[in-house]
Amino acid sequence: MPRHAISLTRRLAIAVVLVMAAGGVVVALAALAYGRQAAQEAYDRLLIGAANQIAASILIRDGQLAVDIPVPAFDLLALAEDDRVIYRVVGQDAVTVTGYDGVPLPPPADGDVVYYGASFAGESVRLVSVRRRFAERAFSGSVDVIVGQTTRARDALAAEIARSALIVLGAAGVCMAGLAAFAIRSALSPLRQIERDLLARDPRDLTPLDIAVPREIGAIVSAINRFMVRLERQVSVMRNLIADSAHQLRTPIAALRAQAELARDENDPVRQQAIALRIHERAVGLGRLTDQLLSHALIIHRADTVPRARIDLRVAALRAVEDCDQGDINAGAKLRLDLPEDPVWVRGDTLSLSEACKNLVTNAQRHGAPPITVEVALEEQEARLCVRDLGRGMPEEHWADAGRRFARSAGVAPDRAGLGIAIVQAVATAHAGSLRFGRTDGGAFEAALVIPADPDDRMAT
Amino acid sequence: MRALAHLSRCAAMAIGMTSVSAGVGAAQEAVAHFGATAGGPAFLLRGTTDIAAFEPVLDAFATTVPGISITYEQWGSNDLDRVTRAGCLDGGTDADLVISSAVDLQVRLVNDGCAQPHRSEATSRLPREANWRDEVFGVTQEPAVIVYNREQVRPDEIPYSRFDLIDLLRPPGTRFAGRVATYDIETSGLGYLFAFADSQQATTFGSLLEAFGRSGAVATCCSAEIIDGVAEGKWLIAYNVLGSYALAHAAKDRRIGVIAPHDYTLVLSRAAMIPKWSRQPELAGSFIDFLLSDDGRRALAASRLVASFGDPDGSDFELTEAAETSLRPIALSPTLLVGLDQHKRAQFLDRWSTSFEAR
Repeated sequence: MPRHAISLTRRLAIAVVLVMAAGGVVVALAALAYGRQAAQEAYDRLLIGAANQIAASILIRDGQLAVDIPVPAFDLLALAEDDRVIYRVVGQDAVTVTGYDGVPLPPPADGDVVYYGASFAGESVRLVSVRRRFAERAFSGSVDVIVGQTTRARDALAAEIARSALIVLGAAGVCMAGLAAFAIRSALSPLRQIERDLLARDPRDLTPLDIAVPREIGAIVSAINRFMVRLERQVSVMRNLIADSAHQLRTPIAALRAQAELARDENDPVRQQAIALRIHERAVGLGRLTDQLLSHALIIHRADTVPRARIDLRVAALRAVEDCDQGDINAGAKLRLDLPEDPVWVRGDTLSLSEACKNLVTNAQRHGAPPITVEVALEEQEARLCVRDLGRGMPEEHWADAGRRFARSAGVAPDRAGLGIAIVQAVATAHAGSLRFGRTDGGAFEAALVIPADPDDRMAT
Repeated sequence: MRALAHLSRCAAMAIGMTSVSAGVGAAQEAVAHFGATAGGPAFLLRGTTDIAAFEPVLDAFATTVPGISITYEQWGSNDLDRVTRAGCLDGGTDADLVISSAVDLQVRLVNDGCAQPHRSEATSRLPREANWRDEVFGVTQEPAVIVYNREQVRPDEIPYSRFDLIDLLRPPGTRFAGRVATYDIETSGLGYLFAFADSQQATTFGSLLEAFGRSGAVATCCSAEIIDGVAEGKWLIAYNVLGSYALAHAAKDRRIGVIAPHDYTLVLSRAAMIPKWSRQPELAGSFIDFLLSDDGRRALAASRLVASFGDPDGSDFELTEAAETSLRPIALSPTLLVGLDQHKRAQFLDRWSTSFEAR
C-alpha cells in the first residue's frame, strides 16, 4: 500500500471551507456594519425632520422665544414605534427654553447640524442638534433644537437588514459550496483518467502516456513519461547487454572448444603443447572479455542508480593508474601522470570514472605505443580526463561511433579492442559528457573523457 | 401616610369585604381594600378611577388570586403623577401598578424610564395605539361624550355632532347661550387632554371655540359637577364629558341624555403602567391581563369603563353606519408629550382663555 497523505479532495475542501468561512466572516461583518449604517441614516432623517419642524416653529414674541412644537414633528418621531423621545430647545447661554432639562448638549462642532450619541435615563439615545439663528430687533442670536430618540427601532432595523443580508449570504454560501464541490470533482478528473489509463495498460507497454490533460497535471504526466523512458532505456540496455554478451562470448568459447577438441585428437606432443599454449591464450582473453562485460554492466547499472557525489577527478585518475600499474607490469610501459595542483571537481561516481580511465589506459597499452600519459585538466566549464600515447591510434573514420562499433561488432578478438571503449562511452553518457578522440601537435593519439566541471565550491553544504 | 394606609389595611375585616375610608392623607382621595386581610401577597394599586366604579373589577380579580390583599388608593391625576415620579426618581416604595386617566402623564412617565415592561398574550393582542413599548397599556374604552338635559332639550335640538352644537350656539340670542358647559382645561387634566386632541382632529375645533366664546359657554371643573349641573338644568348641554361617568349617571338619572358625537368620537383608554420599582410586577402583569380578559372586560363594562359601540347585544351608543371610522382612540404614543410641553401648553391655554374671555 502506498502511504496516504491527506487526500486532494479533502485538502481542496478544507481550503474552500476556510476561504468561504473567512469570506463569510468578512461579508457578515460588512453586512452588520451596512445594516447599522443604513438604519442610522434612515432614523437620523426622522430626527432631523422633527428637529427642523420644531426649529421652524420658534417665534419671537414680545422679545421672548416661544416654541410652538408641531404635533407632526412628534408623529414623525413616533414612526420609530417603541422609542422614547427627548427634546430640548436651548437658547442663549445654554438656558433651556422648553423640553427636558437633562438632555445632553452636543459636543462642540462647526456645523449647524450635529448628530451625537448619549445616554438618557438608562438607555442609549441618538440625538441631533439643529441651530437656528435669529437676527431680529427683539432677539438676536442662535437657538439650538435638540431632538433625540432611543435606539430600539434603529437597532431592530439594523438587525433586520443584517439578517436579510446574512440569509442571502448563507444561500450564496451553499450555492458556492455546491459549485466548489463540482469544480473540485471536475478538476481532479484527469487524475482519475491517468489512473484508468495506467491500469488498463499492458504490463510491457512502456510507451509514453498520451492523454489530453490540463497544464497543471501535465507535469505529473511528463514525470511519469520520463520515468517510463528511463525504465524503457534500462530494460533495453539490459536486453542489449545480454544479447552482446551472448554474442561476444559464443565465438571465443566455440574457438576454445575447437582448440580443445584439436588437442584431444593430436598425438604429437610438440603440437599438442602448442595447442595447449593457444588454449591458454584464448582462456586469458576470454577471462578479460568476461571482466569487461561485467564491468560494462556494472558501469551502466551504476550510471542510472548511484547518486552523483562531488568528487575530485584527479582521485579517479590516480586510482585507475594505481590499478593499471599493479595489473599490467608485463606491458613494461610505465604510466605518466599529469595532474593539476588544484582539485578538479565534478559531479559523478569515482568508481565508474576510474573504471573508464582504466579502460582507456588498457586500450592505449594494447594498441598504442608508449609512453602513455594520463592527464586531468580543467578547461573552463569542462573537466578532461585524457589518455595519450604515441601509437597510430584509431582510424579517424571510427571516431564518431567508436562506442557503438566496438560494442556491437561481431567477432572481436579477445586480445583486441574489446568493450573498453563502449564502457567509456557509457560512463561519459551517464555523466552528461562525451568521449572525444584527437591528435596532438606532437603526433600523439588522444582519447578524452570530457564531463562538465562543478567548480562551485559548496563543500560546506 | 404609610402608617395610615397600614391601619386602613387592618381595618378590612373579612375576605371579600370592602372598606372605604375617604380623604386619607393630603394627596390620595380614598383607600379601599379587597381580598384577604393577611397571609397572601399584598398588592398596592393606585388609580384615578372612582372606587365605586372600580370595585366590581377589583372584587373579581381578588377571587382569581387566592389570599391576595389588594389596597386601592384613589388619587387625583396630577398628584398621582407626582407621587409616581417621585417614587421613580428616589427608588423608594412605590405602587405595584398605576392606572390613570391622564394618559399623557402616564406616557411621559414611561418616556422618562419610570416603567417596567410586561409582555403577555393579552398585551400582544392589543392594538398599536393601546400599547406603547409594552410598558403602558390602554385598559378601558371611554368616549368623550356630549351630555344633555332630556327635559329641556327638545329632540330636534339634540346635538348629534359638533356641527349640530355649533348650529345651536350660532343664532343671536339663542337660549343655549351661557347654558353649555365644558371642562376648565386649566384645572382639569382630562379636559385639557380632550381639548388638545380636538385641536388636532379637525377644523371644527376653531369654530367650536369661537362658538363657545360667542355664546358664553362655561368652563368648569369636574365630571360630577358638570353632570349634576346638566341633570338639574343649570346647564342644558355639556361637551367632552368622560363617557364612563356620563353613562353611569344616565343609568340612574332619566334626565340625562348621552351622545357620542357622530362626526368623530374621541375614545380614552386609561393607561396602566407598572412602575420601575414595583415589588409585585408579576401580580401587576396578571392584573393587566385580567383587565384585558373577557371577565375583566365584562366587569369594566358593568362600570361603563368599557363602552360598547354598535354592539347588536345592546350597546351604550347607537351609531351611524360610519360608526367605526368615527371612533378616534387617543393613542398611547410620544405624540402626547407635545401637549405637555410648557410652551405648547401655555399657548394652547392662552388661545382657549382668549376665546372664553371674548364674550
